[in-house]
Amino acid sequence: MKSFTYERVDSAAAATAAFARTPGARFIAGGTNLLDLMKLEIETPQHLIDVSRLALDKIEATADGGLRIGAMVRNTDLASDARVRRDYGLLTRALVASASGQLRNKATTAGNLLQRTRCPYFYDTNQPCNKRQPGSGCAAIGGFNRLHAVVGASDACIATHPSDMAVAMRALDAAIETVDAAGKARAIPIADFYRAPAKTPHLETVLAPGELITAVTLPKPVGGTHIYHKVRDRASYAFALISVGAIVQRDGSGRVALGGVGYKPWRVEAAEAALPRGAKPVADGLLAGARTTHENAYKLPLVERTLAGVLTQAKG
Amino acid sequence: MKFDTPATTNPIDQMKIVGKPTNRIEGPLKTTGTAPYAYERHDVAANQAYGYVVGSAIAKGRIASMNLDEARAAPGVIAIVTADNAGKLAKGDFNTAKLLGGPDIEHYHQAIALVVADSFEQARAAASLVRVEYARGKGAYDLAAAIDTAIKPKASFGTEPDSAVGNFAAAFAAAPVQIDARYTTPDHSHAMMEPHASIAAWEGDKLTVWTSNQMIAWSVGDMAKTLGIPKENIRFDSPYIGGGFGGKLFNRADVLLAALGAKAAKRPVKVALPRPLMINNTTHRPATIQRVRLGATADGKLTAIGHESWSGDLPGGGPETAVAQTRLLYAGENRMTAMRLAVLDLPEGNAMRAPGEAPGLMALEIAVDELAEKLGIDPIALRVLNDTQVDPEKPSRPFSQRQLNKCLETGADKFGWSKRAKPGATRDGRWLVGMGVAAAFRNNLNGPSAARVRLAKSGVVTVETDMTDIGTGTYTIIAQTAAEMMGVPLDKVAVKLGDSAFPVSAGSGGQWGANSSTAGVYAACVKLREAVVQKLGLASDAVFAGGKVKAGRRSVALGDAAADGELVAEDKMEYGDLAEKFQQSTFGAHFVEVGVDAMTGEIRVRRMLAVCAAGRILNPKAARSQVIGAMTMGAGAALMEELAVDKRFGFFVNHDLAGYEVPVHADIPHQEVIFLDEADPTTSPMKAKGVGELGICGVAAAVANAVYNATGVRVRNYPITLDKLLGKLPDMV
Ligand SMILES: Cc1cc2nc3c(=O)[nH]c(=O)nc-3n(C[C@H](O)[C@H](O)[C@H](O)COP(=O)(O)OP(=O)(O)OC[C@H]3O[C@@H](n4cnc5c(N)ncnc54)[C@H](O)[C@@H]3O)c2cc1C
Ligand code: SF4
Repeated sequence: MKSFTYERVDSAAAATAAFARTPGARFIAGGTNLLDLMKLEIETPQHLIDVSRLALDKIEATADGGLRIGAMVRNTDLASDARVRRDYGLLTRALVASASGQLRNKATTAGNLLQRTRCPYFYDTNQPCNKRQPGSGCAAIGGFNRLHAVVGASDACIATHPSDMAVAMRALDAAIETVDAAGKARAIPIADFYRAPAKTPHLETVLAPGELITAVTLPKPVGGTHIYHKVRDRASYAFALISVGAIVQRDGSGRVALGGVGYKPWRVEAAEAALPRGAKPVADGLLAGARTTHENAYKLPLVERTLAGVLTQAKG
Repeated sequence: MKFDTPATTNPIDQMKIVGKPTNRIEGPLKTTGTAPYAYERHDVAANQAYGYVVGSAIAKGRIASMNLDEARAAPGVIAIVTADNAGKLAKGDFNTAKLLGGPDIEHYHQAIALVVADSFEQARAAASLVRVEYARGKGAYDLAAAIDTAIKPKASFGTEPDSAVGNFAAAFAAAPVQIDARYTTPDHSHAMMEPHASIAAWEGDKLTVWTSNQMIAWSVGDMAKTLGIPKENIRFDSPYIGGGFGGKLFNRADVLLAALGAKAAKRPVKVALPRPLMINNTTHRPATIQRVRLGATADGKLTAIGHESWSGDLPGGGPETAVAQTRLLYAGENRMTAMRLAVLDLPEGNAMRAPGEAPGLMALEIAVDELAEKLGIDPIALRVLNDTQVDPEKPSRPFSQRQLNKCLETGADKFGWSKRAKPGATRDGRWLVGMGVAAAFRNNLNGPSAARVRLAKSGVVTVETDMTDIGTGTYTIIAQTAAEMMGVPLDKVAVKLGDSAFPVSAGSGGQWGANSSTAGVYAACVKLREAVVQKLGLASDAVFAGGKVKAGRRSVALGDAAADGELVAEDKMEYGDLAEKFQQSTFGAHFVEVGVDAMTGEIRVRRMLAVCAAGRILNPKAARSQVIGAMTMGAGAALMEELAVDKRFGFFVNHDLAGYEVPVHADIPHQEVIFLDEADPTTSPMKAKGVGELGICGVAAAVANAVYNATGVRVRNYPITLDKLLGKLPDMV
């Protein structure tokens, strides 16, 4: 780990101002991802701005009947909020399927969206990795890539985004509210939040340097049956091989987002029209243009079969 | 004391204390966090500095250059040890690759430097400033591609690579029912909780190492050889060990580098291997490719048994002895086994819990299930039919005891085996449900083991031996043994372990620890009893009970024998040829029920049962813990554990506990263990055997067989993950 300096701020404005003073700094929230990466020198910020105690820890109703979730709301608190459990069950289910109780007590809404890939080569600084060290190559291509992406990947990087929460957020049409160093606020639909790896896999989101996430908003509830099926080799405390988050309405229509298949939570709205016709046409639409390796090709039938199971369960 | 004739009645047979499910005597220390584990021994030496290991970034080749300038200049750095400045070092007998590499690199993450600094953080930060240029060499990393180059290795630990009885080829060819299948098991990591860790301090030319080690005397000897100093100048102290599973049988880089670091820094140095380094830096259970051929008559009698295994290791290493159990487990007149060894430049392969049997039974016990299926015979009936009470390769040698059939039959009854349906026929909602069984087999090994016992005036008996407790419950069974022998309650016994200043024990490994070490304590207690009787002037048949010694009408407090000074007795148990005359083995049967998600192929264990026949069970509670832990590890081997090999760069990619998955609680819902009532007089006066490794043997195959029963899909390549089932599951509804 490289030496770094540290400060704790007490307002969003102070956070972005601190960044303006110390370019190259990083915000730290729960620290459950960033600290691990710093210990391994995958991230080497010289300055940390601790935002974990900002008053962004509330879940409030919005004017249009939705919810505004503060960026510092802990995963545990978000999952157990009565309104979330009642109206956004998919989100609760995705959260409780992730990490462990201790981690969820620390992990924040903003940090969870920005957690980095679990590609094992990314974690080993001896190995080439374009995401960690642009231009060095991608060890996962041609290596151990059973866990890697099947859609949206590039010749530079085939990593997945590991968040379960983000899959639910994507199906729920969440938007990410931010404020930048100049004090300017904006709301970014989650569909536009993550950047495709293309030739620059180290650039993962559309956030500008120093742009602070202040909240995530959810539109008003859409009803339906909410199911999150996370598929993994061990029953708990493992990242998804793939996951399916679905909201299914009585008439068979609905929404589907996938985890573990791409660089972002994967949703193709156009494919959802086929939901009343069953899993196959939806999976085909979601995974159109998929590129697999011999180690991760199983993800295609797995998505279809898992979705089929979810749809059966939704009929209940 | 020499044990060369079967035991008759002795004080242990009273079973007043031995054989009771006593809680661990050191339990409170562990639950309160006060048991001193190696890295936290802040009190043993003042002014400890911190060492951080640098591992090689390549698997094979050379260090072209190493620049230490930046690291040396970093804050807090006291010394940097490399092969260049460490002086002449030999290689220990138990190590295949050097513990400190350079300029030649033998495997990925081989230690090439230790940076010593005032704080851990400073050492770690400076370690990343060690600049190394490598000249990458060409290595072999793919077992499947290397098996054509595999050779017949020399005997390892007394196990010959080949065996042959009768005419296997002819009998197999003539057999009306045959199985000929290939199985693979991947590389496994011990993944014990406590990383390898050591603190070393020099006083003149005397070295003390506080460490975490299973085999104290072996490791002291090896460190003496490595450093080129007399072993009398080295003291190891390892009273508590947070798991080893074979990964701590031998010295690893932490021991050597702490010693070298302390010498260079001129102050005590502590070193722990960081988790991401452990998997490639230390040893692992090597992968195997196995071929099993079984030939049987139409009514299920085995006539031909063939088992071959290929594994790889670094030059000078040994094979995974995966065919060992096949020489002994089932009857059959024509038999062959063979092990072949390829050179692989992956990290060093070595022992892990039940080396040989664990991966060997993963293959053999699926093959037996396949044969039962083909014959249309129940797999339990097939095993019972082919039971043998003698060594099938040497029929003049009987098993000392063998209750495999009873294990199978008891288990079948308790588990509800009769409810097992045809493959793919049992459904519970979205789950396909199946049951599987496998035999468990592991040889019993005994080793010479010494102990010293001291009797104080207070009547307290203190046992000293360099035996280790790797979480198995050794403290407790040794206390039970001494208490039974000396006729005192358990709280009048103190046990001190893991110090090389104490008499040399058998150590912990190969499930030989419990029987061997308690037999050593038995021997020392016999001597102490003699000394007590003599001191008190009592008849030699005096009875030791209730803290008193009684003979005729006299009854004296035991402590009185030490009234004018502590009584000390020391002895060593040594063994004659009973283990040659009798085949001493432990047996069991594992039963598993799994559910397989019909849609996703996810496999979840629902219930597990083990029935074990393993001699006298010295402490049923500790033994049960051993077996359920081993069953858990077996479930991991069946369903998730695999070191992923990068065949281009030559290393295990998933080198942390996020990537190398071992079971969590949610994977293991319900486990039960039954011990058959046994006492084996041929093993030692304790009449015990090992259980810690028996527990893992056969588990994975039982899981695999249950998956087959649930789905009708036979997977022969471990771990059985859903991607291997998916294409073959029933169509979606
Ligand atoms: C062992 C383990 C298992 C896990 N398993 C799972 C799992 O199964 N599923 C899953 O989804 N996740 C899993 N996780 C990941 C976990 O969910 C994330 O580590 C956590 O959500 C990150 O939140 P944090 O607040 O700790 O983020 P931090 O580590 O504090 O920060 C993460 C990143 O977000 C940035 N950041 C933080 N707050 C802000 C802000 N307000 N504005 C802008 N940038 C910000 C930081 O600069 C940093 O780059 C696991 C983690 C571990 C360690
Ligand atoms: S997949 Fe992406 S993260 Fe993984 S090694 Fe390749 S570039 Fe790095």
